[in-house]
Amino acid sequence: METKKLAIIATKGTLDWAYPPLILASTAAALGYEVQIFFTFYGLQMVRKDLSGLKISPMGNPGMPMKMPFGPKWFRGINWNIPNAVQGVIPGFESFATSLMKMTIANNGVATVPELRELCIEADVKFIACQMTVELFGFEHSDFIDGLEFGGAATFFEFAGETDICLFI
Amino acid sequence: MEFNKELDARGLNCPLPILRTKKALAEMASGEILKVIATDPGSVKDMQAFAKQTGNDLINSAEAGGEYTFFMKKK
Repeated sequence: METKKLAIIATKGTLDWAYPPLILASTAAALGYEVQIFFTFYGLQMVRKDLSGLKISPMGNPGMPMKMPFGPKWFRGINWNIPNAVQGVIPGFESFATSLMKMTIANNGVATVPELRELCIEADVKFIACQMTVELFGFEHSDFIDGLEFGGAATFFEFAGETDICLFI
Repeated sequence: MEFNKELDARGLNCPLPILRTKKALAEMASGEILKVIATDPGSVKDMQAFAKQTGNDLINSAEAGGEYTFFMKKK
């Protein structure tokens, strides 16, 4: 049987949206797929050495439950419906929400982003960073993890054209 | 049931039980049996799908007290 192939374009730069590409890529690799992820625009945050750029923003995200990852069960069950206008004026609200999300992730036995990224690398998932956005955002190649390739749209299509599944995330 | 290796995936959530299973199987010989214990309810469907797609044989799966036990025979 010929090896199946999966290509993913990762465009989002928040902690929550780092999960879908990394989960799908690592799982596909475990299933025997040859996998490539093309990181472009905000998705570049996932392949920087410093992952602190990945945060959660409850702002403008009405689908996100705001629950506390600690305390008794009744307390954890409360959905804190904080209006955007209030979130916007509280300094450090995003950092606060990010640390709560990281606690929730740990409580649920969900892998961390660095862990999933490492699992992808171990499984030979190929990472390509979009050279154009690297320059656009003023990043240096040294800001990124080792083993990353830099290329453009044509590089992406070289692999994507041969794939069984191609996802834009 | 007899097995050659045991993997404790309790407390881990998707996709970790599958990734750990894959890793454990990689270190085993063909025909050997891996026992996996998980608590992720999603792992029931996922283990079946993993077996189907990788050609490994899921010879048994059972649930007891919120724990799922799988026996996977390496291809």
